[in-house]
Amino acid sequence: MTKNSELTANKGFDIGEQQIELLEKLCNATAVSGDEHEVRQIVLAEIKSFADEIEVDALGNVLAKRFGSGENRVRVMLAAHMDEIGFMIVKKHDDNLFQFERVGGIDERQLPGKAVLVGRDHLAGVIGAKPIHMTTADERMKKIPVDALRIDLGPEIGDKVKPGDRATFATRFKLHGPSILAKALDDRFGVSMLIELLKHPPANIDLLTAFTVQEEVGLRGARVAAYKFNPDMAIAVDSTPAYDLPHWDEEDENVQYNTHLDAGPAIYVMDRATIADRRLVNLFTRAAEAEGIPYQYRQPGGGGTDAGVIHKTRAGIPSISVSVPSRYAHSAIGLARIEDWENTLRLLHAALSRVTPDLLAGERRG
Amino acid sequence: MKSIIKQLVETPGPSGFEHEIRDVIRDAVADSADEVRVDALGSLIARKGTKTEEGLRVMISAHIDEIGLMVTHVDENGFLRFTNIGGINPLTCYGGRVLFMDGTRGVIGMDSIERGKTPKLTDLFIDVGATDKDNCPVGVGDVCGFERPFLDLGKRMVAKSMDDRIAAAIAIEVLKRLESTPHEIHFVFSTQEEVGLRGATTAAYGVDPDLGFAIDVTRSGDTPRFSPKMATALGDGPAIKVRDSSFIADPRLVKWMIKTAEESGIPYQLEVLEAGGTDGRAIQLTRGGAPAGCVSIACRYIHSPSEMVDSDDVENAVELLVKLLSEPIILD
Repeated sequence: MTKNSELTANKGFDIGEQQIELLEKLCNATAVSGDEHEVRQIVLAEIKSFADEIEVDALGNVLAKRFGSGENRVRVMLAAHMDEIGFMIVKKHDDNLFQFERVGGIDERQLPGKAVLVGRDHLAGVIGAKPIHMTTADERMKKIPVDALRIDLGPEIGDKVKPGDRATFATRFKLHGPSILAKALDDRFGVSMLIELLKHPPANIDLLTAFTVQEEVGLRGARVAAYKFNPDMAIAVDSTPAYDLPHWDEEDENVQYNTHLDAGPAIYVMDRATIADRRLVNLFTRAAEAEGIPYQYRQPGGGGTDAGVIHKTRAGIPSISVSVPSRYAHSAIGLARIEDWENTLRLLHAALSRVTPDLLAGERRG
Repeated sequence: MKSIIKQLVETPGPSGFEHEIRDVIRDAVADSADEVRVDALGSLIARKGTKTEEGLRVMISAHIDEIGLMVTHVDENGFLRFTNIGGINPLTCYGGRVLFMDGTRGVIGMDSIERGKTPKLTDLFIDVGATDKDNCPVGVGDVCGFERPFLDLGKRMVAKSMDDRIAAAIAIEVLKRLESTPHEIHFVFSTQEEVGLRGATTAAYGVDPDLGFAIDVTRSGDTPRFSPKMATALGDGPAIKVRDSSFIADPRLVKWMIKTAEESGIPYQLEVLEAGGTDGRAIQLTRGGAPAGCVSIACRYIHSPSEMVDSDDVENAVELLVKLLSEPIILD
């Protein structure tokens, strides 16, 4: 592992106070799929003096370009999604108890007893749970369906909450030694890195950044963003689960971890939605090795990123994904390492700096 | 045709890793195509003919990828855990042999599972003969396909990847035999069909066809106690698809195919496939939409390492396709 203090190669790509402050702001904002307003405002404010062109498209994606200099620049799309998983209020009941639905993939077993923030005013509420005093042994063995749960907002809210309002887990961003604890690291990590790259772009390429919407409900924003950009190649920048906890049974090696914390950026070879173009897998691998940046291949298999729709756009776009590993994804709180985030940003810059027209001149071979 | 079929089915090419099979196809179409190109997702597109006043731009899609496996983990003792590329049935894996793209070979073993239980993919591993992690020649992300030689049973032929190399063989043969056509025909040898019609999706956008169809295998309902009910049988002729679970063939195309077969005395059967999809969907839904259909070859034991088709069906499919493409297309 390379230590933070040794990172001097890429000036401007250290994670410092400024970057952490921005990530905190991004993670604490509410942007459940379909209502990405808060994060979009933060993004627009951050990039307005750096991007050459900025547009908010029909679905709410922020599309920002920064042009390089020199001849034959490859047009590279980077996508990071602004939206996060969360809840939508569907019905008001007596006593300001609200029925809700999940938006995106959330395990319903994790809901009872969690604090939430509802609507753009971030009204404090709680997903109620029956006290253990009142439950039977039998009840405690069963999961509670979402239909039977309510968000309790109390008498203070008046008519402020309506069906259609979004809610998120109320988790606030925290640093703890080398770790970050926050909600929505999926994909505020990606959003933060795209902002950094717009501020310090590699000069050899045209950087086409898409801060996308509605990824968690089916990669919807990225589809139209890729159509509009029509890039030469694309990289989805995301966060992926690390299921790297030790096994208690020592005989049994953990073979399904997806990724490990502290092992650097996760380079995708294949997920359910995309088979990465090997030319790009090699680009990232070689860049990591040349710069001494730790990296890991994400275990091929399930999951999907914005690359899943981008690579199928128009006549086809060579694509790959790169993610920051994070534990406890899609729960109330994720845990990740500052160093993995920093190394992902460094790797992105290192790989982008090595993009030349030759990279894509030949045929895809794997 | 059997020698090209043998060559096609014995070349590895799991979805996303079609470069070797594409090279084989490039050689096979070199003399008969007017133009050959490869798109961003690796599909090879061979054009034949130029569009005349009574002609159309036609896309024909035969996918060149096959199901395969990708390594997810190398354990301390050099055993490889893997995930599926496309629809792999764990039942047909155990004891199978695999060939990696770099030439490494291996066999598939299985954890001890309860007697009588069906294995899951996670119960299986690949053994490439390594004695520990450090001397294992393959790593996470490396890809292999099943390895089985082509088996010529005379009228019937057996191989891994008959799905869909038999269609590639048919398309190559049609390209050769087609003497004149009023159409501009794009024979697409598409990639990544088994993981969701991905190659045909981008190829269709690039070709922008007036009309198109896929050539693919379909299930054959003629084996003992076959369920669900399926009317198709080996040897009853090429199957004209009415629908599958990915798209409904344009009824005008179905009618045109039936009419052509009947007028030419070519045997055919009709196909309704309740579970399964083909590149026809990708053609139908491209851009503003295009009339699309599919000509199928009935096939037994699909997605196993021993897929069986009938030689006469293959020959009749070639004849039908040559007839279909030699004349102006009138849809009504």
